[in-house]
Amino acid sequence: MATLTPTLTVKQPKSRHGGGGDIPHYPGGGGGGGRGDESPDYGERLRRCRLGLAVGIAPIVMLFVAFSSAYLVRQGLASWDLRTNSYINDWAPVRLPTLLLMINTCFLLVSSVTMEFARRQASRLAVIAPVTAMPGIADDEAGGFPWLGVTVALGIGFLAGQVLAWRQMEMSGFFMSSNPSSSFFYLLTGAHALHLLGGVIALTYAGITVWMKRPPEARHIVVDVTAWYWHFMALLWLYIFALLEIAR
Amino acid sequence: MTQSHGPAGAAPAAVHGHAPTGFIRKYIFSLDHKVIGIQYYFLALTAVCVGMILSLAMRIHMVWPDASIPFFGAIKPEQYLTLMTMHGTIMVFFVLTTAPQSGFGNYFLPIQIGAPDMAFPTLNMLSFWTTFVSFAVMIAAFFVAGGAPLSGWTNYPTLSAIPLAGPGEGLGEDLWLISIALFCVASMMGALNFITTTLDLRAKGMTLMRMPLTCWSWFITAILGLLAFGVLLAGGILLLMDRNLGTSFFIPGGLMVSGVPVQHSGGSPLLWQHLFWFFGHPEVYIAILPGMGVASQLLSTFSRKPIFGYRAMVYAMMSIGILGFMVWGHHMFMSGMSPYSAFAFSFMTMAIGVPSAIKTFNWLGTMWKGKIRFTSPMLFAIGFVSLFVSGGLSGPFLAQPAIDIPLHDTYFVVGHFHLIMGVAAIFGIFAATYYWFPKMYGRMMNNTLGKVHFVITFIGTYCIFMPMHYLGMAGNPRRYSQFTELKYLAPLIPVHKFITYAAIITVTAQLIFLFNLFWSMKKGKKAEQNPWEATTLEWTTATPPPHDNFGGVTPVVYHGPYEYSVPGAAKDYIMQTDPAPVPAH
Repeated sequence: MATLTPTLTVKQPKSRHGGGGDIPHYPGGGGGGGRGDESPDYGERLRRCRLGLAVGIAPIVMLFVAFSSAYLVRQGLASWDLRTNSYINDWAPVRLPTLLLMINTCFLLVSSVTMEFARRQASRLAVIAPVTAMPGIADDEAGGFPWLGVTVALGIGFLAGQVLAWRQMEMSGFFMSSNPSSSFFYLLTGAHALHLLGGVIALTYAGITVWMKRPPEARHIVVDVTAWYWHFMALLWLYIFALLEIAR
Repeated sequence: MTQSHGPAGAAPAAVHGHAPTGFIRKYIFSLDHKVIGIQYYFLALTAVCVGMILSLAMRIHMVWPDASIPFFGAIKPEQYLTLMTMHGTIMVFFVLTTAPQSGFGNYFLPIQIGAPDMAFPTLNMLSFWTTFVSFAVMIAAFFVAGGAPLSGWTNYPTLSAIPLAGPGEGLGEDLWLISIALFCVASMMGALNFITTTLDLRAKGMTLMRMPLTCWSWFITAILGLLAFGVLLAGGILLLMDRNLGTSFFIPGGLMVSGVPVQHSGGSPLLWQHLFWFFGHPEVYIAILPGMGVASQLLSTFSRKPIFGYRAMVYAMMSIGILGFMVWGHHMFMSGMSPYSAFAFSFMTMAIGVPSAIKTFNWLGTMWKGKIRFTSPMLFAIGFVSLFVSGGLSGPFLAQPAIDIPLHDTYFVVGHFHLIMGVAAIFGIFAATYYWFPKMYGRMMNNTLGKVHFVITFIGTYCIFMPMHYLGMAGNPRRYSQFTELKYLAPLIPVHKFITYAAIITVTAQLIFLFNLFWSMKKGKKAEQNPWEATTLEWTTATPPPHDNFGGVTPVVYHGPYEYSVPGAAKDYIMQTDPAPVPAH
């Protein structure tokens, strides 16, 4: 049986900071500071969660690919008009609240930058966690700038801006059912907003874990994965905005 | 069972935490992939019973239209459509997608690759319970005002888009769509877990090309599910919006339904067909690929021979998966598509014949001159190959627009897809059940009952579905509630009666299986650790496997999965974990 109890080889992810030291891993159940985490090797878990996110983005892409192809097909579709007995194209281009959407876009892009700072901050805290967990050693920068909070605020700002955009559309007479073009506007922006809301909730959860005294490593994983998701949401929004502007 | 917690605490048991002890955490909201796999299996078992009863009611109504059937009464034409819709939906989603992939895949993928659990156990639990809620919502459609929808499992608008269009098209249809949307989300979560697990949690030495073909089939199926279900979800959302928010994605203008003008304009029902079949065709492979994996595994094990052309099998499954995304238009030859695109779809569809033939050839090559052990799982695996061939051969007929147009919407199509997608996949499930039951419950299923079950089911399914091809060629349309009043179909009524008798016998024979399943759980012969003398990792661990699958040790893999009858070896099989080198030939 000796052959069946091998040593577990673990690929240690490189830290993204400074000299590229390894993220240390340490025994589970040991250590103070409430770090009785089930999984001792959080570097491995981080990698797994990132992989999971990369895989999870695929169906979201497929969802929006399906919406976009429906959008383009529907746009070029002539429909039979009974009154005139001929094919007509009933697609009425929407008047987009472009200025407002531009402002929203700025909100989202800036939030993507602050998100990246929050991710690096969480990563730094996780790397030095084994040291700061020792009694008598404190992190000078503990607390630091609340990048996470700023990101959540900007994200909520973007969502509020989108709601305003829907209001403006309604005021200029484009309701959900007015025309296929406006139906697609609400569909695409609404589906994106829902996905972003998921990111806001995940970040809020990560913020709450500070008070729950969860280990910084666990928070780092949530923040890191949500950050990549957040960047993806920003890209997705740029794509949707471009689609709505160009293929009107 | 000695657990070696090293000083680094890196034992895999620590990764997975300790086994929960409370009933609810252990059996209901369990994070253990094995419990979740069994939950999926029994969900599918419940669903298949419902689906089978529905099909029996349809068959009886078809030949004795005035008969009053228990629970159903005398079936009205619109009720027949309801039965047909729900039969198709329940079977495709909650049986063929659920049992082979989510059920057996959940239980055995982590064990076969040497992992303590799925990559994301909580997500796994969430995925099962979402599927469960989805099933409950689907069944609830039977009991709401107007009953279940009647627009078929393909749910084409405009019938499915306008509440006035039929009795079940009100709340029932909304529930159908909500149920399917939930199912899509659950399947995507499951697929995400399967892919991450396969890529990230393989044991040391378990290279991709050492994975059992079952793992390959689950992996490829997960990729298909990940990409296909998002598109169905998109279609479902659009249809729900059409029904409830007044949009016109699928509803054309100028419609009068039940004497009432419809207030929509400009939508295209064809748009739904494209979205649906872009999902629908990969879905066929989602149902059948895990069966292919199981058949490969079993044919090799029970022929005591390595699988013929392992790499070819893997590449064949991959190309089936890729081509599966390019052929959805062959479901729509009748929709007035351009002959040029019809030709392209037809060509791609015929191309799938090549990897399918490679697989069939390799299965036969695996059995050729093998020391075949005709156990019940082996019989069902051979049955799978037989059904795959006879159901598959009618595919190239239907793939050609010129032949498809007369055969479209006839019983030829019903016979074709039931043989290849329905019964072949079900045979895969049966084979997997007989094969892995000893590992799951620590007891053997009764082999004699298994053989009786096989013989009746095998002959029975051929008796049901083969004659349907002739009915189709004779011009018998599908989706009609009765034919007894039609003069030109009168000579075919005896064939329909024969099919109904065969169906009654075959469905009854399934009671043998159910009895065997539940009786063996309690009273079956105790199973050894490796009763089939198979080589893969699940047979190296205790029966049934402990909470972390390998009792604190991490397996290390030294061999491919099908080392049978290796010349010079001590036994006629070499376990994947056997460190001894393969003797020189």
